[in-house]
Amino acid sequence: MSFPWAQHYQPKAPLMRWLDEKLPLPRLAYNAIGAGYPVPRNLSYMWNFGVLAGFCLVMQIVTGVILAMHYAPNAAIAFDSTEHIMRDVNWGWLMRYSHANGASAFFVVIYLHIFRGFFYSSYKAPREMVWLLGVVIFLLMMATAFMGYVLPWGQMSFWGAKVITGLFGAIPVVGEPLQIWLLGGYAPDNAALNRFFSLHFLLPFVIAGVIILHIWALHIPGSSNPTGVEVKSESDTLPFHPYYTAKDGFGLGVFLIVYFAFVFFMPNSLAHPDNYIPANPLSTPALIVPEWYFWPFYAILRAFTADFFFIEAKLMGVLAMFASILVWFFLPWLDRSPVRSGHYRPLFRKFFWFGLIPSVLVLGYCGGSHPEEPYLMLSQVATAYYFLHFLVILPLVSAFERPEPLPFSITEAVLGSDKKAVLGDNAAAAS
Amino acid sequence: MVRIIGILAGLFFSIAALWALATGAYTVASQGYLKEKTAETEFHKRPRALHLASDGPFGHFDKQQVQRGYQVYKEDCSACHSLRHVAIHDLEQLGYTEAEVKAEAASWTVPGVDPNTGEATTRPGMPTDYFPSPYPNDIAARAANNNAVPPDLSLMAKARDEGPAYVHSLLAGYSEIPASLNQEFPDFETPPGLYFNPYFANLNLAMPPPLNTEGQVTYADGTKASIDQMATDVAAFLVWTAEPTLGKRNQTGWPVLGFLLFATILAYLAKKQVWASAKRRKV
Repeated sequence: MSFPWAQHYQPKAPLMRWLDEKLPLPRLAYNAIGAGYPVPRNLSYMWNFGVLAGFCLVMQIVTGVILAMHYAPNAAIAFDSTEHIMRDVNWGWLMRYSHANGASAFFVVIYLHIFRGFFYSSYKAPREMVWLLGVVIFLLMMATAFMGYVLPWGQMSFWGAKVITGLFGAIPVVGEPLQIWLLGGYAPDNAALNRFFSLHFLLPFVIAGVIILHIWALHIPGSSNPTGVEVKSESDTLPFHPYYTAKDGFGLGVFLIVYFAFVFFMPNSLAHPDNYIPANPLSTPALIVPEWYFWPFYAILRAFTADFFFIEAKLMGVLAMFASILVWFFLPWLDRSPVRSGHYRPLFRKFFWFGLIPSVLVLGYCGGSHPEEPYLMLSQVATAYYFLHFLVILPLVSAFERPEPLPFSITEAVLGSDKKAVLGDNAAAAS
Repeated sequence: MVRIIGILAGLFFSIAALWALATGAYTVASQGYLKEKTAETEFHKRPRALHLASDGPFGHFDKQQVQRGYQVYKEDCSACHSLRHVAIHDLEQLGYTEAEVKAEAASWTVPGVDPNTGEATTRPGMPTDYFPSPYPNDIAARAANNNAVPPDLSLMAKARDEGPAYVHSLLAGYSEIPASLNQEFPDFETPPGLYFNPYFANLNLAMPPPLNTEGQVTYADGTKASIDQMATDVAAFLVWTAEPTLGKRNQTGWPVLGFLLFATILAYLAKKQVWASAKRRKV
């Protein structure tokens, strides 16, 4: 792993030498996030979001573990125990608001991370495995977030659980028994709440495990970069520490300012008021919507209002909703353009900015609205485009597009000339 | 091969979505674009703007106002509405002394157990008690209120869109059915036992106007108890019951943000310093 010019870990203090022989953890850190990991020198701030996502996970686990010490996963008292945390537990309100808004922050960061990947085709060889593991992490995050939203056992918790588990009921033949099995009953109740709590506690650690694989797979080819040109020589890279630790540190500061502004000054602005009403199976809210980060997928689910030949509308919606994420798994093989970066792909770039981004924003807006016209028609158009974009436009564009000329190397892109890089230190040393 | 299957799958989902679009467009073309107008869609009003000391990032509680709101709750709302998440000793946060809270607690009657017989009975409240519910259970609440359960008020200010403004508008917003409504929807009526209120989602509300006469309560601080004043004070009180920690939250936020701003500026300078060498570094 890593490039031949990577700096080597040399423990100086006797204690560190001793530790390096027994358990070389400092060496691992040095090679992963220290001076021993050379990184392309031209990474923009769009490359900050992986570190931020990792930070969010740690934040969620820490606040979540503390919340779990005071929360009671029982349908009779779950709502009251949440209020107990807000009122009686020392700094409980801070833990709960940090956790609830932390979920939103996590998704903001992860969406930027994913769309960075779309624009710079970060999924292309040799980083397919990084991408596939990333999609797995995203799916696990969605499951975790959904189950977490059920735990306060408010109105939206209950009805959200009912709608989402109801999706499985749309599957032919096995749907209904499957739904009952998943819920442990005919409707969400204590059995469902308990298993959701158990899984909500477990999955973040599974996510942490997959993140380790994600980073491991990343560190084999190394990070991609805004030009999409692979690293050629030492002059193309900088050691991760101190250059990117410093850059990530600044990014983290900006992120924390925005995040804590929400936590302290508008902690409920991203939530739904109905969830401050205790769950009531006999009273359906006027509008059942998930949290904002699921709105685009929720819009796709609801866009299919008509039966399509022999496929029922509801099943079609469920299939499309799952397909809208599963399609990401196939991106490395759908997009065959040899050029990675959107900066050098004129046609791809247009479809990205004027097709994909607007369609996802429209879906997001419609997903949070009442399922009525004009939102249904808008989400139908956007859904059609969404699938065309990934499955039809990307393969065709990569076949017909003429990419713009690429810089010879990262060094040339940064410094305007590559003379030094061609005859760089290593070339000189090698000859 | 992946791409051929992909293109077919993409066309499948897109055409299915466009098929739904065509079906929807046909319905719109044949039945009109707008959804049906009802009295609720046309005459339901958004709450009027309400400004309280607790608004915004500098928000804090106007203790005197919240005390007045408590008085209105006690003398008026508490006959039907519970406040089950709030303990009586929480009143100390509003500036009452310990002795005052003790006396206040004793003025509430809470369920208890007779120490001699073990029978359920009632006793005067203590500061550690929670505010008692007016009804023993939902069935009793329904029986006493024309089949409607008066909701618990602890979280009301957070459980509705624009919560405090909603509470204020609803309480002060009862009116006669406007003539224009009767003209447009002759079938609309307020059934006996319900009351017309344009701020309530379906316009007819089971709660009789709770604040109906000026001076219904006599404020200890001499504030004139107009209906609007009482509604505002109750709204302020319910903001407090919904989130007693609101003031502390805002107070904590500013030093945290100040520290983060400072740390971020330092981080920026550190980044600039570290990267200055990279700009020079050719190889």
